[in-house]
Amino acid sequence: MTTIASALADGAVVAKRNLLKIARVPDLLVFSTIQPIMFVLLFAYVFGAEIVIPGVNYREYLMGGIFVQTCIFGATITGSGLANDMKNGIIDRFRSLPMARSAVLIGRTTSDLLNNTLVVVIMALTGLLVGWRIRTSFLEAAAGFLLLLLFAYSISWVMATVGLTVSSVEVFNNAVFLVIFPLTFIANTFVGTDGLPAPLKVVAEWNPVSAVTQAVRELFGNTPSESAVSDAWPLQNPVLASILYMILILAIFVPLAVNRYKKAASR
Amino acid sequence: MSLAIEAEGLVKHYGSVVALEGLDMSVPEGTVMGLLGPNGAGKTTSVRIFTTLLKPDKGLARVNGIDVATHAAEVRSVIGLSGQYAAVDENLTGYENLDMVGRLYHLGKNTSRKRSRELLDQFDLDEAADRQVKTYSGGMRRRLDLAAALVARPSVIFLDEPTTGLDPRSRIALWDVIADLVAQGATLLLTTHFLDEADRLADKIAVIDHGRVIALGTADELKSQVGGERLEVTVASPDQIAPAASVLTAIGMGAVTIDEHTRHLTVPVSSEGETLVETLRALDLQAVKVLDLTLRRPTLDDVFMTLTGHAAEEETNQ
Ligand SMILES: Nc1ncnc2c1ncn2[C@@H]1O[C@H](COP(=O)(O)OP(=O)(O)OP(=O)(O)O)[C@@H](O)[C@H]1O
Ligand SMILES: [Mg+2]
Repeated sequence: MTTIASALADGAVVAKRNLLKIARVPDLLVFSTIQPIMFVLLFAYVFGAEIVIPGVNYREYLMGGIFVQTCIFGATITGSGLANDMKNGIIDRFRSLPMARSAVLIGRTTSDLLNNTLVVVIMALTGLLVGWRIRTSFLEAAAGFLLLLLFAYSISWVMATVGLTVSSVEVFNNAVFLVIFPLTFIANTFVGTDGLPAPLKVVAEWNPVSAVTQAVRELFGNTPSESAVSDAWPLQNPVLASILYMILILAIFVPLAVNRYKKAASR
Repeated sequence: MSLAIEAEGLVKHYGSVVALEGLDMSVPEGTVMGLLGPNGAGKTTSVRIFTTLLKPDKGLARVNGIDVATHAAEVRSVIGLSGQYAAVDENLTGYENLDMVGRLYHLGKNTSRKRSRELLDQFDLDEAADRQVKTYSGGMRRRLDLAAALVARPSVIFLDEPTTGLDPRSRIALWDVIADLVAQGATLLLTTHFLDEADRLADKIAVIDHGRVIALGTADELKSQVGGERLEVTVASPDQIAPAASVLTAIGMGAVTIDEHTRHLTVPVSSEGETLVETLRALDLQAVKVLDLTLRRPTLDDVFMTLTGHAAEEETNQ
């Protein structure tokens, strides 16, 4: 077998193991879905009544942001799963086997991608229930979902790096939520960026979360009127910007994560 | 005979903690090496280096002649490891755990399945085979982890405290499995705190302390190295320990070891002369009431105590 083929075969074995865990500990999936559903309901029915975005129904506008946020939260299981495997010594077992060095990470990120796909489907159904509609062609909509999942996949590699660096699952959860909250709120997730104070506005405009959110809104046809979108380049060219951001994230974090894995010492 | 496991001057520091300080080792193919040593001696650290989990700061390690640091991937395909703590997946069944390991050794679907069932049977886990490991007892997990080390019939096997947490029956069963493997030509390095285990299984024993091998030989060689025989006295009451100790100091050739709790005193003695009679007379003169008096060959416990300056039991109980 060539190196790549054998890495993929080993990765499939590891992915299967992770999927069995999701099936056997369904609480994991339930909780990674309940939170975004709560956000949808909260923003659609509680805050949403007060928020007006010109040119678009707020519930339609909201879904793009929630989708992206959900994907980031979903990607955290890559990191907590790896931190847990380190603690249990499974990573040691893997590292003593003649398997490809990248296989554990390939398997992990792949199974988490499948998990995220399921979560996105559940979110889309919830969205449809509260009045979200796709107003573009089938192909554009498909591209929207694809972009979301690719973004989730690239964030998985960031989480993998963090998960292999921290000393425990608890530390991972605390560390990651410290980053995720500002990352997903200082963005156009729930409201436009124009209302933000100057320095935060720049952060929000160049935040990858904003670019992906705007791209998804465009691909689903949920965009507000032209005046409600910032002039910043990533928000004017959101699909291209999203793709560039993902390439950048993967280029940095794939080698970093693999390197962390090689050095990982569980005890 | 060629060497299956070699180490030359292994050094490993964790910050200011010295785990290994120039460890040398050579294990000929098809033999069993037992590593003995107090907690923190560096046993696990050496196993982790041999199994490519850890890079030494200095020194060389080879398995089947392959350099562990530069050709880790090749080393991994010939070794089997069961670490000090069972590394099995809680959410998989016993069978799924072994099959996963088999697949990652690239055994092929059918071979891997067949081998997994075979091992589950051998380790008396066949009834629990299709239950999730989270329902297993500690000893069952341990056995599953040991089975995982053997899935690919590796030629060099590393077992870090393999029988810790096993009941006596499982221990003996594992000894049989190990004897079989070695009879088929496998090389084994095992660490243990059970001296009888090292005595029974290992062709050679290396006593490690502070990251170095401080004694090496067969169990018999080590026993004669610490010399002489052991005189053991049990006295009737605590106040008789002191007079008995002074008698033994006069008769013996080394320090008297005292266990206050069991009122048990031990001292190395030379094998010539009428030691038993002499001792009994001297104790009688001091009006010490003796419950038990024996003269015996040194055990590995004595070796351990003499060489490392502390008893194995004390250490493990910490
Ligand atoms: N990850 C680590 N970080 C810091 N120190 C470590 C680490 N691992 C081991 N050590 C230290 O290295 C020394 C050797 O440890 P090692 O685990 O090899 O001992 P051992 O002989 O296996 O002991 P035991 O019988 O308790 O299993 C100890 O002093 C230990 O504290
Ligand atoms: Mg140890």
